Amino acid sequence: MNDDRPRDAERTRPTSTDPVISFDGVSGGYNGVEVISDVSLDVHSGDIVGLLGPNGVGKSTLLKCAVGLLDPLAGEVAIGDRPVPVFDRDELARTVGYVPQHEPTNFPRTVFQTVLMGRKPHFGTRPSARDRNVVSTLLHRLSLDEFAMRDVNALSGGQRQKVILARALAQEPRALVLDEPTSDLDIRHEVEVLSLLQREAPNGLAILHAMHDLTLAFRYSDRIVLLGEDGVRTQGPPEAISAAAISEVYGIDVSIHDVDGETLIVPTDSPADPSL
Amino acid sequence: MPESSSGNADRDPSATDWSVDVPEATSSDGGSDLRASNVRLLHQYHRRYRKKFGVIVAIAALLVAVWGYSVATGPIDVPVSEIVSVLGGTDTGTGYQVVWNIRLPRIVAAVGAGAGLAVAGAVLQSVLRNPLASPYTLGISQGAAFGAAFSIVVLGTGTTSGSGPILSVIDPYLTSVSAFTGALTSTTAIYLVAKYKRATPETLILTGIALAALYTAGTTSLEYFATNTELAALVYWKFGDVSGTTWRFNALLWLVVAVVTVYFTRRAWAYTVLNAGDETARSLGVPVERTRLFGMVFASFVTAVVVALFGIIGFVGLVVPHIVRRLIGGEERILIPASTVAGGTLLLSADTVARTVISPIVLPVGIVTSFVGVPLFLYLILRGREYW
Repeated sequence: MNDDRPRDAERTRPTSTDPVISFDGVSGGYNGVEVISDVSLDVHSGDIVGLLGPNGVGKSTLLKCAVGLLDPLAGEVAIGDRPVPVFDRDELARTVGYVPQHEPTNFPRTVFQTVLMGRKPHFGTRPSARDRNVVSTLLHRLSLDEFAMRDVNALSGGQRQKVILARALAQEPRALVLDEPTSDLDIRHEVEVLSLLQREAPNGLAILHAMHDLTLAFRYSDRIVLLGEDGVRTQGPPEAISAAAISEVYGIDVSIHDVDGETLIVPTDSPADPSL
Repeated sequence: MPESSSGNADRDPSATDWSVDVPEATSSDGGSDLRASNVRLLHQYHRRYRKKFGVIVAIAALLVAVWGYSVATGPIDVPVSEIVSVLGGTDTGTGYQVVWNIRLPRIVAAVGAGAGLAVAGAVLQSVLRNPLASPYTLGISQGAAFGAAFSIVVLGTGTTSGSGPILSVIDPYLTSVSAFTGALTSTTAIYLVAKYKRATPETLILTGIALAALYTAGTTSLEYFATNTELAALVYWKFGDVSGTTWRFNALLWLVVAVVTVYFTRRAWAYTVLNAGDETARSLGVPVERTRLFGMVFASFVTAVVVALFGIIGFVGLVVPHIVRRLIGGEERILIPASTVAGGTLLLSADTVARTVISPIVLPVGIVTSFVGVPLFLYLILRGREYW
């Protein structure tokens, strides 16, 4: 770790609860080639943690380690008090939900059935009445009920993403890991999906998501983890992340503005003046 | 459609404990709103299920009808009353010969072979997420045919019967095992290409074409070295024909189809989840590689048995799952058993056409399925784009 660097923020960690997701010195990569090294971070129940950093810095790699899609090259990810590899497949799927960056579109499939997939780790061979109830309750809660019997592939990107989110929630997980859940969405659906996460978190979910839009990430995260080339550059609540740290990590000068209580992060060489 | 009555809405969904967690109530009585929505959704869900089940029943009824027509039709006229007495076991004359020894075995074989190929195709399409996949288009049938031809020419498991150019496989088990070995080599190649090349549907099909060409060349080489009787048998059998069947073959075929269909139906939800992509499937607890590999191996197995007994019958495995999807949607738990029934119906219909279209000449069913299947295959390539 870079102890010589000034810490932008002290890690404020509620001592009363243990973290749901904890990374301990995790290095990740593919085929033995390290992409990201020595990351330690915790996500607590009810917390939304935003993972930020430039393209290729290893955000997806880290998230995959959290859901058992990738084994860390070093270090350990634990869910609750147990390391990820100790979980049996279904048990892990009942504990952590995952929303991948891209999902292939495929054979026609109803929204209802897509969300019912999230119950697979619970039911195994075939769904029960309770599984179907969980799904229909969720569809109602996410205002998807009128689409329930439509083909997922025929929905707009925003609705589709909500369906995928509903599927992850149907797993009834303790933690939710999302890889750029809003990258393909317009601003309205982006906000819709993110505020949905914000509403779900208080139910006791620990949410870890990777994002590119800094302003939205700051608005919708309780804590920010900023990744640079050497691993975690800084982490803490949004207000403790400095413009200098962001500029350094992304290689472009930015400034942070406070407009009516909203934090805006803009590139400084941009002609736009956010205070207008 | 009329919404659920208030009487229905009183039924308490068992998931209320879940709904208690809802932090914000969108309306003043969010609870009953939710309950009504639940009842409505589940009602819709069950109604769709019943409809799908109804479609399967309709296909099965069609199968029975075609079956009846097929039993009663042929170059030799057997009156319906005689057929009934044959089936009742009270007639042992000419009618018995025609119906019990010629028509029925062939019908039972056609239904079994169609069911087996269709279910193999449905599962291959699902596990590979590839609408163009089928035993035939992936070169699995051709691999099996090479294996079977190898056992006939080299291991001597087949000969022709005295009466005509109809192949008699002396040892259906050894032939099947040999065909399965051939099928597995194709399957392995397809599996590896899918795994390491992250292949598009088109790439996999092109790989299948290459494999098919390779195995067809292999089979042709065997023909070159075959004796005259073996050659006659091989050539005829290459058309794909169910006429040379016996009750022993049919028992083996139906057993394999039944076992494989039950296995596939039990794994149906894993295949469904696989459709959402490998990463998602893994995050939902499905062992992706194992599920895909086992699905492909079982599909190859049933294909190999069909090919070993009857030769290559193309396009059934490709076309039937698409027809079923059009009728009842892509849900694997329904798609898989429905494909078996529809596959049996389609191949029996094709075989009935083959027997009667230029009667008294009886065509091999493989010719009919190819003539019907090729246009549909082209249609899928040219128009199906929007749907995968």
